Formats: sequence, C-alpha cells, structure tokens
Amino acid sequence: MAQLRYREALNAALREELRRDERVLLMGEDIGVFGGAFKVTDGLLAEFGEKRVRDTPISENTIVGIGVGAAMAGLRPVVELMTINFALLAFDQIVNHAAHIHYMFAGQARVPLVVRMPQGAGHQLGPTHSHCFEALFLHVPGLLVAAPATAADAKGLLKTAIRDENPVIFIEHESLYGVRGDVPDGDDTLVEFGRARVAREGADVTIVGVSRMAVTAERAAATLADEHGVSAEVIDPRTLRPLDLDTILASVAKTNRCVIVEEGWPHGGVAANLAALISEQAFDDLDAPVRRVSGADVPMPYSKPLEDIAYPHEPQIVSAVLDTLGVAAHSAAPGEASGVRTDSHISGGAA
Amino acid sequence: MADLPEPAIAREWLQTMTLIRRFEERAGEMYARAKVGGFLHLSIGEEATIVGSARALRDSDYLISTYRSHGHAIVRGTPPENVMAELFGRADGCSGGRGGSMHMFDIARRFMGGYGIVGGNLPIAAGLALASDYEGTEDVTLCTFGDGASNQGTFGETLNLAALWKLPVVFMVTNNQFGMGTALQRHSAVTDLQRKGESLGVPGMRCDGMDVLDTYSVLCEAIARVRAERRPLLVEAVTYRFRGHSMADPEQYRSKEEVAQWRARDPIPAYGDLLVAEGVIDEAAREQIDTQAIARVDAAVEFAEASPFPPAESLYDDVYVLDSSSTGWYSVRTTDPHQAAGEQSRELSPADGDEIPQQMSDALAHGEDAA
Repeated sequence: MAQLRYREALNAALREELRRDERVLLMGEDIGVFGGAFKVTDGLLAEFGEKRVRDTPISENTIVGIGVGAAMAGLRPVVELMTINFALLAFDQIVNHAAHIHYMFAGQARVPLVVRMPQGAGHQLGPTHSHCFEALFLHVPGLLVAAPATAADAKGLLKTAIRDENPVIFIEHESLYGVRGDVPDGDDTLVEFGRARVAREGADVTIVGVSRMAVTAERAAATLADEHGVSAEVIDPRTLRPLDLDTILASVAKTNRCVIVEEGWPHGGVAANLAALISEQAFDDLDAPVRRVSGADVPMPYSKPLEDIAYPHEPQIVSAVLDTLGVAAHSAAPGEASGVRTDSHISGGAA
Repeated sequence: MADLPEPAIAREWLQTMTLIRRFEERAGEMYARAKVGGFLHLSIGEEATIVGSARALRDSDYLISTYRSHGHAIVRGTPPENVMAELFGRADGCSGGRGGSMHMFDIARRFMGGYGIVGGNLPIAAGLALASDYEGTEDVTLCTFGDGASNQGTFGETLNLAALWKLPVVFMVTNNQFGMGTALQRHSAVTDLQRKGESLGVPGMRCDGMDVLDTYSVLCEAIARVRAERRPLLVEAVTYRFRGHSMADPEQYRSKEEVAQWRARDPIPAYGDLLVAEGVIDEAAREQIDTQAIARVDAAVEFAEASPFPPAESLYDDVYVLDSSSTGWYSVRTTDPHQAAGEQSRELSPADGDEIPQQMSDALAHGEDAA
C-alpha cells in the first residue's frame, strides 16, 4: 500500500501495463518530452522510448483513429486527449469507428483501445475548456465508460481498461490529479468494471456521485451526519458502462430515497438516465421522487463567482438530500443560492 | 504502355474486373427490386483501379476502403455470395448483415473494411500501418478513398502524421471526378490531386485508373517504395464513375456527352481487346469469361436469397466483447422490461458460441417479443 496522488496512480498504472505487455503503447499531445499537460505520463518516455510513448501532432480525430486501426491490428493503444473538450474533434472516430466496428463487422474485429482524458470545471477556463461529458459517451453502445474518483480506482480501473477487449473512454478529473489516496501495489489494484464502490454506508438516503462528485457527495454525507443526523449512503458507480445498477437498487431498496449528483448538464445527463432506470426498476421502493443535482444548464462562465455557482458543491447536495427527506434545509433551496438548477426547475415544476 | 503479366495472371485480372462489373450490375437490379436496402454505391467504371491496385498487394498487406467497396471485397477474395448476402442483409453476409453495402469486411483476407464516413478510414489505415511497423513486419497498407475525401480534415491530419512517423501506407485517391455530385474543380482548389500531399511530406504519383496495366505498374512501384523506405506515398488513380453516386442520383451535375466520352474508355472492353490482340485469349475465351461471371453472380443472388435473415435474438450480439467474468449492465433493453432486469440479464458471449441468454429463451418460449 502506498500513498499516491491520483496522477501518480495513473502513471503507475501506465508504467506497469507498459512493462507487462509489449503491445501497449501510448499516444497523445505532449505526453512524451513535455511529460503530459497534467504530468500523468511523466517519465514514461525515458523508460520506454519513442516507439512506445509517442508525442503526436494536434490532430485529435486522427490520433484516436490511428489508435482504432492499431487496436484492430492487435496492439493495445492508450490515447491521451489533453482534455475532454477536445474529444469533440474526435467524435467521428470514437462513435462511428471505435464504438461500432466490432458490431458493424459482426465481431470480426476488436478495438481494445483506451482513450484517456480529464474533464471538469473550477479552473476558470470558460465555456470551451470546462466540460463534463460522461453523458455523451455513456449514450453510445459499444463504448465502455470509466470515471474514477479516487487514486486507487484511477489505477485499478486504468489497468483493467488497458486489458479490456473493448474501447474504453477513461474520464479523469482535472481537480483530482493532486489528491492523495491509499493505492494497493501491483495487480492487487485491478478494479473490475461494473462494480460500484460504496464510499460510505448509510440508512436514510442513497447519494450517487459520479467522477469528482463522488468526493463532493462524501463530504456532503459527513455534513449530513454531523449537522442533521442524516445517515447517507454514498455510491460511486466507477464505471457508467457497464453500470452496477444492482448495487444502486439494493441501496435504494434499503434507504427508499435517492439523490444523484453529476457535474455535467441536466438535460439528457447521467443522472437523468439513472433516475429513469431507478424509476423503472425500483418504483415501489421509492418514498420520494429521485432527485438530481447537476451542473447548471449553461455554458461554463469564466468569472469566478459565476463559475462557482455553475457546478455542484456540498451545500446543494445537502439541500437536495434534506428536501427529499422532507426536512427543511438551513441553507437556501437548491437553485437559489447555488445557481444549480435541479430537476424541478428544468421540468417547470415548483422548487 | 506497361507490360502484360504472364497469361494466367492477365486472364485473372479480366475475370475479376468482369466479375465486379457483373456483380455491380446485378446489385443495381436487386436494389431496384427492393432486395437491397439503404444506399447502394456502385463502382462500375472503376474496375481497373480496383483490380490493378489490389493485385499489387501481398496477401498479408492490408486493404482498407470506403462505402464503395463491393469490388474491394471481391478482389480480395471474399466470395461474391457473401458480398451479395451482405447487400441482402442476410446472416451469411460478409459483415453478418450488420453493415450493408457501405460496410463490407473480411478480416481473414485482410480486407479491413468499407467505411461509411468520408475520410473516416484514413486514420485507421495509419493505425494498421503503425501496427505493422511496431511489430516489425514488412506489411504495407493500401488505403483507398475518393477525391471528395481529400478535403476532409483526416486527409491532412493523417498524411502529416504518416509522414512524420514514417508509416508504410499507400494512400490511393480514386479520383472519379466527383464528390457525390460536386465536380472536382468545384470542390478542390488543387485539382492535381497527386500533389495534394506534398506540403504534408507525402510525395505523389499518378496512374491511369482506366488502365489496369498502368494502375498495376504504378502501384507496384509505389508499394515497393513504401515497403522498402517505410514512408507513405500518395497515388492518384484517375478514373470515372459510370453510374450515379448512389442509386438515388438523377445525375444532373454532368452531361450525357461527358459520360459517353468516358464510357468510350471503358476499362473492361479496352483490356479485353488488348488480351485478344496480344493472343492471350481469343474471342471465345473472352465470351466465356463473361458468361462465367454472370453465372457466378447468379449463384451469388441465389445464395443471398437462400440465406436467412439474422435472428432477432442476435440483435445484441457483438455490441461488446464479453466473457463470463463480465459484470454489470452493458446494454439497456428498453423494449423488454424483463430483459432489463439487472445482472442476470447481462449479455454474455460464452466461449462455445452465441448462446441465447436464459431470460431471452424464456421470453421466446412464451411468445414474447424478445427483441
């Protein structure tokens, strides 16, 4: 067991998989000489050389596409897109090609490709550099989607992703790169896809948090326990495809209430999807409507005070939980102080 | 003019060009009879480009193509029966009925697919070549695409990267004079397409795509250079599409006279005439080649008609590569709540084949709509 930062855990995963399997190679913008825009690949060029750690031109669609072709021909490419925002330039290769080739050609070809990229707001980078796109990738059959929230999961899920036979969209979070956590050594770190992490056990309400929001949800759960006597169970799905719905449903069956937290936009979001699944599968278990806490339904503004209220923080989660429990919140109702408009607003209902 | 190859090879080229022509004509007829759905893009007029280029490859080399790819599958050795069955959407299609006209595939013959997105195959071609280089093989990749694709971002991105990384790819732009209905001079500022890679570090060559001998000769040189020098080349094959872009094309963008002029250079009669003149075949043999091609296409239609449609329970097969340790929800089957009931309904691909999940079998047994 070691204390590693999230970025160090990712680096260790890449290093171990590069050592383990000669077919693994890394490609991306500034991942070699520069060491990675977020230093995730630092030192890997020196150890593995230019054949296996490849700096690329700024050509996102082609970088992903070359990964698709190399994967079809038997390699295990790991492509880094500098941020998730630039993945939009590669959407043709990700959706029309990486995701569909196995199905479209009736299983004759496999695309064991990993596309890594960080997402997230909070760094005053404005509308084009602050996206959270779990929902875009989740939407596409043929892709697997992982979004680790801890250093241990970052390492364990990335190693599993590289060994998987399917194309994996691996979503990191810019704000988590410096966060430390306990990380087991070697292959003990492997984290299976489709297994949620119960970050905190509780009895009164289930909070599902995705990517960084799993961390924010844990903090909210601590506040709920300390200040409101509410016992919240926090679940981090870790992978959105495959989805460990069973763990979420079992929790809802126990708590009868559910709040889902994501950083991305509300319309057609991860929480919208999950709320639908819970309604279909566990309607009778619910004592209150499933609540969503999401990013504001706006392009991300640059100005700090506006940016702060445009993605969820701990108080909005606490408010939503108290609301779903029918307990009056001490803080303002969601959507007012926070600017984060939750389900009741977007559907036109009362707050 | 380039030299003729030895007689058996010279004959095989004519046979394959003729087979592709007759196949495409029948495919068009089958489309008109609604046996074929979706889009149908025929390569009639481009047979010399297809055969001349593909025959310059070794079996272990990769070929990757576009949505106009029936001929590429056939030239690579995919039985026309399986190509026609794919057009018919049948289980015996070379893509299992999942791809259709635009998405032929035959991995055993290193035909790495037809792709429906213009320019979408270029990065993939570079990836195939990267794998060849990475693994230290001599293999090269031949990547064909149309003149229209030379305006896509992937053209510039991929040629630059392939030159930078010294990847063994021959990029062959099949210049059939039109990007759908837009003529070359109306869609590309540079119409001398062989030069379009120069600023990206990719030298160009040109062949007469209506002449199978010239196409073969130029591609042999290009492929030999790429194989030896491990760097990409661009080859422009100048040809013409005799039929519309797809079956739904009134062809208002070109004159009948222009089409007639190009048809006068039809690559199949021209090559047949040459073989007769050179004494490789006589008229009877030429006739027989055509008769055999027609018979083979008849057999392909018969085969496709007899092939079953893919079963409903195969709808969710091959979305993912799964094994017995796969857990969680990969797909949501909204049409059947019982199929979306959680872990037990997860898709599995057992090692012993495409077994129907238990719940699916139950649903079928009870006469429910499982798909």
